[in-house]
Amino acid sequence: MNVNQQPPMASPYGQPQPGYGQPNYAPLGGGYPGPYGPYNGPATAYQPGAPPQGYCTYASFPSKAVAANPVSALSSPLDLGPPLPLSPPPVSTPQAYSQYAQGDIQNGPPSMDHSMAQPAHRPPVSQLYSQGAMNLSGPQPSYPQQYGVQPPMQQVTNQMSGMQIGSGPLTSAGPGYAPPPSSQPPISAAYSAAAPPSYTQAPPPVSGSPSQPPPSHQPRAPAVSQQQSFPPGPPPPAQQPFPNSAPPPQQANHLPPGPIQQPPMQQPPQPGMQGGYPPQQNGAFGQPVGPQTGYAGPQYPGQQNYGAGPAPAPAQKRLDPDSIPSPIQVIEDDRANKSSEPFTTGVKGQTPPLVTTNFQVKDQGNASPRFIRCTAYNMPCTADMAKQSQVPLAAVIKPLAVLPPDETLPYIVDHGEAGPIRCNRCKAYMCPYMQFIEGGRRFQCGFCSCVTEVPPHYFQHLDHTGKRVDCYDRPELSLGSYEFVATVDYCKNNKLPQPPAFVFFIDVSYNAVKSGMVNIVCQELKTLLDYLPRENPEADSVVRVGFVTYNKVLHFYNVKSSLAQPQMMVVSDVSDMFLPLLDGFLVNVNDSRMVIESLLDQIPEMFEDTRETETVFGPVIQAGLEALKAADCAGKLFVFHSSLPIAEAPGKLKNREDKKLVGTDKEKSLFQPQSGFYSNLSKECVAQGCCVDLFLFPNQYVDVATLGVVPVSTGGSVYKYTYFQAETDREQFLNDLRRDVQKPMGFDAVMRVRTSTGIRATDFFGSFFMSNTTDVELAGLDCDKTVTVEFRHDDKLSEDTGALMQCAVLYTSCSGQRRLRVHNMAVNCCSQLADLYRNCETDTIINFISKYAYRNILNTPTKTVRDTMVNQCAQILACYRKNCASPSSAGQLILPECMKLLPVYLNCVLKSDVLQPGADISLDDRAYLRQLLSCMDVSESHIFFYPRLLPLVKLDGGSLPMAVRNSEERLSKGGVYLLETGLHLFLWVGANAQQELLSNIFGTPTFSQIDPNMTSLPELDNPFSQRLREIIDSFRSQRSRYMKLMVVKQEDKAELIFKHYLCEDKSVSGGASYVDFLCHMHKEIRQLLS
Amino acid sequence: MATYQEFIQQNEDRDGVRFSWNLWPSSRLEATRLVVPVSCLFTPLKERPDLPPVQYEPVLCSRANCKAVLNPLCQVDFRAKIWACNFCFQRNPFPPSYAGISDVNQPAELMPQFSTIEYIVQRGPPTPLIFLYVVDTCLEEEDLQALKESLQMSLSLLPPNALVGLITFGRMVQVHELSCEGIAKSYVFRGTKELSSKQIQEMLGLTNPAASGPQGRPVAPQDPAATCRFLQPVHKVDMNLTDLLGELQRDPWPVPQGKRPLRSTGIALSIAVGLLEGTFPNTGARVMMFTGGPPTQGPGMVVGDELKIPIRSWHDITKDNARHLKKATKYYEALANRTAVNGHSIDIYACALDQTGLLEMKCLSNLTGGHIAMGDSFNTSLFKQTFQRVFSKDYNGEFRMAFGGTLEVKTSRELKVSGAIGPCVSLNAKGPCISENEVGVGGTTQWKICSLSPSTTLAMYFEVVNQHNAPIPQGGRGAVQFVTQYQHSNTQKRIRVTTVARNWADAQSQIQHIESSFDQEASAVIMARLGVFRAESEEGPDVLRWLDRQLIRLCQKFGQFNKDDPTSFKLSESLSLYPQFMFHLRRSPFLQVFNNSPDECSYYRHHFVRQDLTQSLIMIQPILYSYSFHGPPEPVLLDSGSILPDRILLMDTFFQLVIYHGETIAQWRKAGYQEQPEYENFKHLLVAPLDDAQEILQTRFPMPRYIDTEHGGSQARFLLSKVNPSQTHNNLYAWGQETGAPILTDDVSLQVFMDHLKKLAVSSAA
Repeated sequence: MNVNQQPPMASPYGQPQPGYGQPNYAPLGGGYPGPYGPYNGPATAYQPGAPPQGYCTYASFPSKAVAANPVSALSSPLDLGPPLPLSPPPVSTPQAYSQYAQGDIQNGPPSMDHSMAQPAHRPPVSQLYSQGAMNLSGPQPSYPQQYGVQPPMQQVTNQMSGMQIGSGPLTSAGPGYAPPPSSQPPISAAYSAAAPPSYTQAPPPVSGSPSQPPPSHQPRAPAVSQQQSFPPGPPPPAQQPFPNSAPPPQQANHLPPGPIQQPPMQQPPQPGMQGGYPPQQNGAFGQPVGPQTGYAGPQYPGQQNYGAGPAPAPAQKRLDPDSIPSPIQVIEDDRANKSSEPFTTGVKGQTPPLVTTNFQVKDQGNASPRFIRCTAYNMPCTADMAKQSQVPLAAVIKPLAVLPPDETLPYIVDHGEAGPIRCNRCKAYMCPYMQFIEGGRRFQCGFCSCVTEVPPHYFQHLDHTGKRVDCYDRPELSLGSYEFVATVDYCKNNKLPQPPAFVFFIDVSYNAVKSGMVNIVCQELKTLLDYLPRENPEADSVVRVGFVTYNKVLHFYNVKSSLAQPQMMVVSDVSDMFLPLLDGFLVNVNDSRMVIESLLDQIPEMFEDTRETETVFGPVIQAGLEALKAADCAGKLFVFHSSLPIAEAPGKLKNREDKKLVGTDKEKSLFQPQSGFYSNLSKECVAQGCCVDLFLFPNQYVDVATLGVVPVSTGGSVYKYTYFQAETDREQFLNDLRRDVQKPMGFDAVMRVRTSTGIRATDFFGSFFMSNTTDVELAGLDCDKTVTVEFRHDDKLSEDTGALMQCAVLYTSCSGQRRLRVHNMAVNCCSQLADLYRNCETDTIINFISKYAYRNILNTPTKTVRDTMVNQCAQILACYRKNCASPSSAGQLILPECMKLLPVYLNCVLKSDVLQPGADISLDDRAYLRQLLSCMDVSESHIFFYPRLLPLVKLDGGSLPMAVRNSEERLSKGGVYLLETGLHLFLWVGANAQQELLSNIFGTPTFSQIDPNMTSLPELDNPFSQRLREIIDSFRSQRSRYMKLMVVKQEDKAELIFKHYLCEDKSVSGGASYVDFLCHMHKEIRQLLS
Repeated sequence: MATYQEFIQQNEDRDGVRFSWNLWPSSRLEATRLVVPVSCLFTPLKERPDLPPVQYEPVLCSRANCKAVLNPLCQVDFRAKIWACNFCFQRNPFPPSYAGISDVNQPAELMPQFSTIEYIVQRGPPTPLIFLYVVDTCLEEEDLQALKESLQMSLSLLPPNALVGLITFGRMVQVHELSCEGIAKSYVFRGTKELSSKQIQEMLGLTNPAASGPQGRPVAPQDPAATCRFLQPVHKVDMNLTDLLGELQRDPWPVPQGKRPLRSTGIALSIAVGLLEGTFPNTGARVMMFTGGPPTQGPGMVVGDELKIPIRSWHDITKDNARHLKKATKYYEALANRTAVNGHSIDIYACALDQTGLLEMKCLSNLTGGHIAMGDSFNTSLFKQTFQRVFSKDYNGEFRMAFGGTLEVKTSRELKVSGAIGPCVSLNAKGPCISENEVGVGGTTQWKICSLSPSTTLAMYFEVVNQHNAPIPQGGRGAVQFVTQYQHSNTQKRIRVTTVARNWADAQSQIQHIESSFDQEASAVIMARLGVFRAESEEGPDVLRWLDRQLIRLCQKFGQFNKDDPTSFKLSESLSLYPQFMFHLRRSPFLQVFNNSPDECSYYRHHFVRQDLTQSLIMIQPILYSYSFHGPPEPVLLDSGSILPDRILLMDTFFQLVIYHGETIAQWRKAGYQEQPEYENFKHLLVAPLDDAQEILQTRFPMPRYIDTEHGGSQARFLLSKVNPSQTHNNLYAWGQETGAPILTDDVSLQVFMDHLKKLAVSSAA
C-alpha cells in the first residue's frame, strides 16, 4: 500500500475502473452510513465470493472452519470447480443471494447467509481455496467484528499493489468494509487482476458472514469503527464498494482461468450493483488511504478496480499503517477459523493452522505440525519452478516435541529381534507410504519405489482396496508418527546403552560466588535431583549424577554412598584433562542422597572466601566428556559459568570484543569461534553422546560465540543471565534450570531425513553436528529443539505421488532404551506456481529464512546478508506478481494471500539485534541470539520476531484480549499492556493509566509509586490481578525459557528497551518502520518486474 | 700394645672405623701389590652413648682448601695459642674464645680419647622432620587394611612436631590436603604424565599466583599455611589423618580380567619429590613409599598391565628382553638424583608375592639413604615390625635416624681418596686429595648421605700417593679426618669429626707387620662391596672371575708354599678366614642371580652396601648355631656336616632366621614329648633357639624372614642353600652317615674350592 505504490496503483486501477471507482467512491463516501447497510448486503454478496473459496477447497480455507459444511459440500465439488468458478458462486448465490437482492454477486450474499446459517459451510469453502480466497475467508471469520479488517488482509496479501495499502488497512481498519473489499482483492490476488478481486472478496464475505454474517453486517461497521479510528467514515464506503465489486471478483478469484473472464463481468456488476461500494473501495485505496485507509475494505476494492482512483491520492500521503496487512488480523482470523475443529493430518498437502492458533491434531498418517512444519505444502514439481519462485522448500522438524495432553504420544512399535522393517534400498522405515503388493507378500517403497519382501512374521493379507487388514492395528501403517524399539544393531558398538548421566559443573570463581549463583545452584540441586527425567513416572530415575566445581582448576567430588562425607579431588593439570575417579563420581541420587546433600551444603561455604577470579572452560567440558567415556554412557553436562576463560589451559580465550568491527566486513569474525579447539572438542562430545548445556552469568564479555560452540554442536542449550543478581534473576534462572533438567530428551541421537526421489535434504540448521552430508548427529536432543531441513530438487516430482519425507531419529531414551522415532510427512506437488503460493506458511518461511541468514553472517558481511534476504523476498513476491496475480499496473503491490505478512515479518528479521544491532547490544547478546534462533521452532521464532502485545483492558472470561500491532501508535497512555517476546515479558504502564487499573494490578493507585524493578506482580485478591497473573503464567508455560517480567513505565528510561520490541516502528538502530519497508519492498519488486 | 685384634676392636668402638690394613705401605706400588686396597669401613653415626656432644663450633684450619678440624693429632703451641694443622701444616691461631687454653686446660677436641667428637652448631632455624607417605591403593582389601593400620599406628611414633603428608596412588595420584575441615580434599594427577617440579608446585597451588598475575599486582607474601597444606604437624592433624587413612579405599578403577591394576608409582614418587623440592629443600625429609606391585603405567613403568606378559626375569634381562628396564631405571635414577640434591630420602616398602620393580627403583633408596623393605604382604609381622622399627629410638629416646648428612674426608698428603661405596651420592667437591683412580663413587671429597642411621656404613677407598722410588719415610703417620655434618632427629644441626691415623711401613722390610695388621673381616666386606658395586654394571661371571683373581693374588702374596705344591700351602692366622668368606660370598645372592629374582638381588645388595661390618659378615657367611642335649648351644660350621638328626639349628643370614629341627628332634616334637612333664628338658631344648632368635629379631633392621622348619620341610631349603655342600649326591661315600646331610647340588664345596685355590696360588704358571 505503500504510499509509493499508490500512485501507480491508482493508475492501474484507475484505468480499468476509473470511472468506476470514482463514481462509486463518491457515493460511498457520502453514504457511508447508508452504504453501510447496503454494504452489509454487498458484503454478503461478497460472501458469495466465499463460494468461490469453496472451489478452491484449499486447506487454508478449511482451517478457517468457515468453510462450513454446506460450503464445503459445495466446495468439494467446487474444488473440481476451480476451473468452474461459476459453480461455487451459484452455491452461495442460491441462499445468500436471495437475501442480497443486489447481490449479483449473489454468491457473496448467499455465502453470508450460509455463514450465518451454517458457518460451517463457509469454512469448507475457504478451505477449498487456499489462496487469497482462503485467507480472506479466514480473516473474515475471525474478524466478524472487525469485519473490514480481515478482508483487507486478504486483499492485501493478494494484492499489495499500491492500492493494497489501502486494502491492508482496510482489513484492519474497517471490519465491515473490509469484507467486501477483501473479497474483491482476494480475487485479484489469487488470480490475475480480475480474478483476484473476486477472490478476495469472496473470502471476505465468507469470513464476515461466518463470524457475524447477518448480524455482522451492521455490527461490523460499528465494530470496526470501535476498534480503529479508521473505520468511521471511509470504511463504510469502502465496504460498500467492496461488496459490489467483491462478489463478482470472488468468483473470479476462485477460478484463475475463469475468474479472469468473470472479473470483468463481475466488476461491472459490482459497480453497478453497489455504486457506493466501489467508490468506497477506491477511496480506501487512494484518497481514503489517510482517512479511509483504515478501511481495509476500500483498499481492497481499490486493488482491483478502485485502486485506480484512490491510489494516486494515497501515494502522496503517508501510508496509513492500518491499511497494510496486519499480523494481528491474520492471527485472529486463523484462530477464529481453525481452532474449533481438530486438524486431521490425513490429507496430503494441507496447510496447518498458524502456530498462534490453538488447535488439536489428529494423526491420520502424516506427522502433526507440532513435529513437522513445512514452508510449502505444495512443492513445485521441478527445480526450475522452485528456482523461479525462490520460495524456500524446507521443513522445521521438532522430533521430540511435547504434545498437549489431549493428543496421544507416538505409539511404540516392536518389530522383534530383526528390528524395524525397512526398504531394502533406501532403508526407509515401514510407514503408511509403503504400498503392499502381491497379496501382501511384498511392499513397494514410497520413497524409492524399490520392492522389498515382507518378512514372514510381518505378513498380513490385504483387503479389497489393497490395504493390509491390520492396517489400523499397526501405528506404522496408519500414523504419521510412531516409535520403533531399536535392536542392538542400532546401538553403538553393538552394545545396549547404559542409562545416561548428568554432570553438574559449577564455576566457583569469585564472580560466580559473589553473584550468588553458586549458592542458588547448590540449594536448588538438592530438590531438583528428585525430578530427573524418567519415562515411568512411578519409578525412580535411572539417570546418574556427578558434581564438579571449578575455577582455574577442577574439583571433582566423590559422593559414593558408603562415604560419610564427600571427598573433593582437585585436578589442576588442566592442560591435559582426565577423570580422577570413576567409582563414586557418577552415582544414583537415592543411594547417595545424604552425601550429595552434604556436598551441596558445603560447596558454597568452601568457596565463600575465594579470591580466584580466573576460570577455565575447555577442560571442564573435557572432564565431563572423560567422565561419560569412562562410564561408557551418554549424558548431559550442565555448566554454570561466569567469565571469559582466561586461565592457562586448552581453550583459553582472549577478549576480542571490538565494537569498531561492527558493520564492517570483519564483523563476521566476531561470530566465529576464536579457535578450532572447541569445534574439535564438540566432535568428540558428539561421538560420545555428551550433550552440553551452558548457563552463563557474565558481567562482561565472555565470548558466547566461542563458548557456545560445544553446546550448539551437541544439541545443548545456552542460557545467559547478564549481570546476574540473586534477588532479581533467581526465578528466571531456576525455572530455566528446572525445566532444562526435567525436560524429556533423548541422547546420542542420529537423525536422518529420507525423501521421495526427486528431492533431497541438502541443508540442515540447528544444534547438532554432521560428519557427513546426511546424518544429523545430536549428542542430546530435547523436546524443544528443532532441526530445520532444506530440500532441493535433484529431479522432477510428480503431481500424482506428491513429495514424501520421513524423518527418523535414533536415540537413547532417558531410561537407557534405544528407540527410533519416525515422522512421516507427505505434501502435494504442483506444476502451477499459483498452487505453490496458495499453500505456503509464512511463519515457517520466516523461520527458515532467518536461520539461513543468521548462519550466513558467519561468512558474509551482515549487510550483504540483509540485502540478500530482501532480494529473495522481492523475488518471491515478484514471481507471484508476474505469474499468478492478475495483470495490473506495475504500481500495484500485489501480495499472495498466504504471504501477505512476509514483508512485515521480514522487516522484523532484518531489524533483529543480530542483523542490525543497536548501540546497546553487546556482541555476546548477538551471538547468543544467533545461536538461540538456530533451533527455535516456528512458534518461538514467530514471537521472537513479532512479539505479542496485549492490551490489558478487560480480563474477564477465559479468552485473552486481542493483541494489537507492535507499534507505539497503538499504545494508549491510559492503558497497560503486556508484551511477550519469547524471552522477556514487559508490562507497559501508560502514564495516564486509570487508577483502578493500577490498583488492581499493583495495589497502588499512583503511577509514580509503581516500582519499576519488580519482577513479579503482587498477588492481589481481585479478579483482574488473578487473571493477569494467570495469563503471565500461561505465557511462561508455553515457552521453553522462562520470561522474566519487567515493568516499564511510560517515559521511564527502561521504556527504550521496551520500544525496541515494537517492531512495526522505526527502530533506534536504523531499522525501517513497517510502512517504510513495505514501500521499499514494493520498489524492489517493481524493479524486478521491469 | 695389645694385639691387632684388640686394636681393631678398640678403634671400631671409638671411631667406627675399620681399615683393611692397619699399617700402610709406604708407596703406591706396594699398596697395589697388597691386592686389598688401603681402605676402611666407616660408620659415621656409630652409636656412642659415652660421647656427649659439645655445644660449640669446631675450630677449622684457616687454609681455604683445607678447613680441617682441630683434632688431637694437631700440634699445639699453648703459649703462642697457635695450632698446626696436621693435614696441611698450616699454623693457625686459636680463636678468641680459646684464650684460656693451656696444657692443663685443653678443650675436648684436643684430647686423644676424643678422636671422634660431635659438635652441636646453630645454623638457621630448626626445621622439623618431614614424613611423606606415598601409599599404593592397588592392594588387596586385606593388605590395604593392614597397611592402613600400620600407618595409623605410625602416627603415634612420629615426633609430635614432625610434618606429615599423604600421597596415595593407583591409576591416579592423589595428594591429600590435610589442613581442611569438612570435606576431605585431595589434588589428583594423571598417572601417566610426567610433570616438572615447577608444574607440580603450580598445580598444587604452592607457587604464588600473584607473581604471574596479569595486573602485576604486588606480590603477596607467601602464605605459610598454603605452603604447608599438604604437610602438617602430626599433633595438629593426628585425628584428621587417622580418619583419612581409615577411609582410604582401594583404587576405584575397575581392573579387567587378565590385567594388572594400573599403578602410577613413577608419577607418585615424582610428585612427592616435587612437592618436597618446592616446599622444604635441604630439610630432612623421608618419602616413605608403600607399594604392593610393580609400576604399570606412566614413566617408570616396569611392566605393562597385561597379565600374560610377566615381569622381567634375569633371563629376560640377559637376553635384553626387558623392554621397560632401561627407561624405568633411567627415570628413577634421575628422580633419585633430584631427591639427593634436595637432601631428602626415599624409603620403599614393597610387599607382594611377585616382584615389584625394586630392580628399577632401588636407586631411589640407594642414592638417598632410604630403606628398602621387602615382604610378601603388608599383613605380615615382617612388614609391620620393620616399619615400626624405622621409628625406633636410641638410649636417649631419640630417633635412630639423621638427615641431610654430608661426609667430607680429609687426608694427609701421602694419601688420596679414591671413592666410597655406600648409600651416598657425590657432591663433586674438588680438592687436592682426590685420586684419579676412581673406586666406587669417586672424584670428590664430599658425599651426601640423605638419611643416616647409626649402622649406616660406607666403604672408603684410598690411594697411597708416593711413588716407589720416593717412599714415605718410616715412623710417620698418615691421617684421615671424616667430617660428618647432619641434621639430628631432634632437628639440631650437628657435626661429627673423626680423625684417625696409621703408621706407614715399608712393605719390603716389614711385610710381616703389614700382614699381621690385616683386618680380614673388614677386607672381606670391603672387597665384597667392590664386587657388588661392579656387579651392578658388569656381567656376573666377570665379577666372580675378578674376585677369584684377587683372592689368588692375595694368597700368592701372603701364602707360604712351595712352588707347584698345593699341599704345602699355608696362610697365616690373620688371613686364614678370608678365603672362606670369599667362598661364601661367591655363593651369596649378592653375586649369584640363580634362585633370586632381580628384585631380590637388588634388595639384598641394597642392604649389603650399607650395613656395618658385623651385619655384612653375617650376610656373606651366615651364622649357624647348634642346639643339642650334648651341651650348651654352640656355633658350628656352616656346613652340611652340621645338619644332624639330633640337633636343632639356628641360622641367621641377616635376611632370614631359620630354625631347623633335625630329623629325630622333629619326630619327637611331632610325637609331642615336649608336652610331657618328664621331658621338660626337651621342651627347653625346643625353646632355646626360639628365645635366641627372638633376641636377634628384636634388634635387626629390617626384620628378617622368620622360618621355623624341620628335616624334610620345604622351607629347609633356606638352610640347605647356604651351607657348604660338603656332602652331595656326588660324593656318595657320605650317604647315611651320621656326619650330616647331603645336599642335592652341583655347587662345589669349600673343600674343592680350597683345593683349587691352593693349586692356583702355588702354580708358577700364574
